Amino acid sequence: MTDQAYNFAYLDEDTKRMIRRAILKAIAIPGYQVPFASREMPMPYGWGTGGVQVTAATLVPEDVLKVIDQGADDTTNAVSIRKFFQRTAGVATTERTRDATVIQTRHRIPETPLTEDQILVYQVPIPEPMRFLEPRETETRRIHALADYGLMQVRLYEDIARHGEIATSYAYPVEVAGRYVMDPSPIPKFDNPKLDDCPAIQLFGAGREQRIHAVPPYTRIRSLDFEDHPFIASKADHACALCGSRKSYLDEVITDDAGGRMFVCSDTDFCAENAKGDA
Amino acid sequence: MALTEALEETARHAAPDDAAPDAAPDQAPATPLLRVKGVTKMYGGRIGCAAVSFDLWPGEVLGIVGESGSGKSTLLGCLSGQLRPDAGEVIFDTSAQGPVDTLKLAEPQRRLLARTDWAFVHQNPRDGLRMGVSAGGNVGERLMATGARHYGRIRASAEDWLGRVEIDPTRIDDRPRQFSGGMQQRLQIARNLVSGPRLVFMDEPTGGLDVSVQARLLDLLRGLVRDMGLSAVLVTHDLAVVRLLADRLMVMKGGRVVEAGLTDQVLDDPQHAYTQLLVSSVLQV
Ligand SMILES: Nc1ncnc2c1ncn2[C@@H]1O[C@H](COP(=O)(O)OP(=O)(O)OP(=O)(O)O)[C@@H](O)[C@H]1O
Ligand SMILES: [Mg+2]
Ligand SMILES: [Zn+2]
Repeated sequence: MTDQAYNFAYLDEDTKRMIRRAILKAIAIPGYQVPFASREMPMPYGWGTGGVQVTAATLVPEDVLKVIDQGADDTTNAVSIRKFFQRTAGVATTERTRDATVIQTRHRIPETPLTEDQILVYQVPIPEPMRFLEPRETETRRIHALADYGLMQVRLYEDIARHGEIATSYAYPVEVAGRYVMDPSPIPKFDNPKLDDCPAIQLFGAGREQRIHAVPPYTRIRSLDFEDHPFIASKADHACALCGSRKSYLDEVITDDAGGRMFVCSDTDFCAENAKGDA
Repeated sequence: MALTEALEETARHAAPDDAAPDAAPDQAPATPLLRVKGVTKMYGGRIGCAAVSFDLWPGEVLGIVGESGSGKSTLLGCLSGQLRPDAGEVIFDTSAQGPVDTLKLAEPQRRLLARTDWAFVHQNPRDGLRMGVSAGGNVGERLMATGARHYGRIRASAEDWLGRVEIDPTRIDDRPRQFSGGMQQRLQIARNLVSGPRLVFMDEPTGGLDVSVQARLLDLLRGLVRDMGLSAVLVTHDLAVVRLLADRLMVMKGGRVVEAGLTDQVLDDPQHAYTQLLVSSVLQV
């Protein structure tokens, strides 16, 4: 199965060691963005090369890998990354959240609660939560160093001023362990509460930006907000058309040319299990 | 009799609205708000500013004048923690701990001072504003940076401050780009004063503005300084500006202070030859 032209999980051992060091540092300083020397991967940046490198440095032969994209295991992106590791690492793969030991994800946290035996690896496009307010890297670094986060709150203020409420619905900023403010990657804010006190290790890899950050198990994660505009983990107020769940995050799907639409679980594994009555 | 009247007059100026019975003139504070000793900053072999010393008392406005390159901005940078002097002390009377040498403070403490007790008004409003953030967000930032987390109250403060700097509060959600140069400068002032600082550094706050706009801004600044009892260090080329705003004046040349004293005294009876030149309009631009 394994393609012998490559080292286990594609990256050479020196590179993996370098990435592991960055991961360990990131775990030691929850929410802090650790620079690392991102490598070229045989796929475009938009495909989550940061997440792929973190996964490569994390995998051992006994691992069972699950890859999701927007909650689904069967998108082109998810399928390619899964195949990539099947070929280069020969690890087992699964679509079932509960059977996976490593889950690489883009834009979602699985609905099924994670466990201490699991590692969740996020693909991160832009790790810096203040990038669009303060383009100077020296300045954002200073803000993090001094925990001088007034600017972060300004971002939410602007949201309310413009939209009447905090309209940020993805990549909603959080405070990690009472210290660093972090962009949790473009997950829906509905998923933010799952970041908090999570038993699994959560690793975030940004390839183009060459940053890794992490949330160790059982870390306090608080979504930023205002006293009079508290954080709400909202979702579409419907039940899943397939499994009937009212608790899971829903995607709106166009069903026909006549504009028919329905709401279905974005987490395809959860939906299937729930439909069977197993979830 | 005449003395009592004079004292009452002083007291009225010091406390315009709410009477502060404790602030009798004979109980003037014993500590300067800012005590500057021998501040020197070199750029390689060139002098930025050299051996500058002065005391700034609470409620006092100190003007700094001098030709281009005389070291005014360098000195202001050293005082406000933006530049690191090579020698000297900058002792600020903090509300929490009393006088401390701000040069010896750790960076986080100095930053905290800079966003609570101090304010800095730049000549170019672009340097002091976030151009991509609404007027309300600009004014509210210092409040949020010091822990304010109630949107409604932050917004109310922002509205109040826009009014105080004569910007129509209905423009609270407009970006600074949509404002004129004079409005941008007033917005920068509101953004700085909202947190109730005790010391304001200003570097050519009226530079680059039309004369009529300058006059209005000066009026506004004078009112705010008086009403809030602010202390200020004001750098300018413009002797009319110091005449209007500054209680005391320092004249700089080649990085050094060549003359200092009460503003009217220095301007009306300059002692140093350079000051005489400066005042005689020869050097006035
Ligand atoms: N970053 C720098 N690097 C090297 N030299 C500098 C630097 N900044 C200022 N200087 C020099 O230090 C001296 C004082 O400059 P400074 O900018 O403080 O003067 P200024 O009085 O503010 O002038 P202006 O009225 O033009 O703003 C000048 O000789 C200037 O060339
Ligand atoms: Mg200058
Ligand atoms: Zn479903």
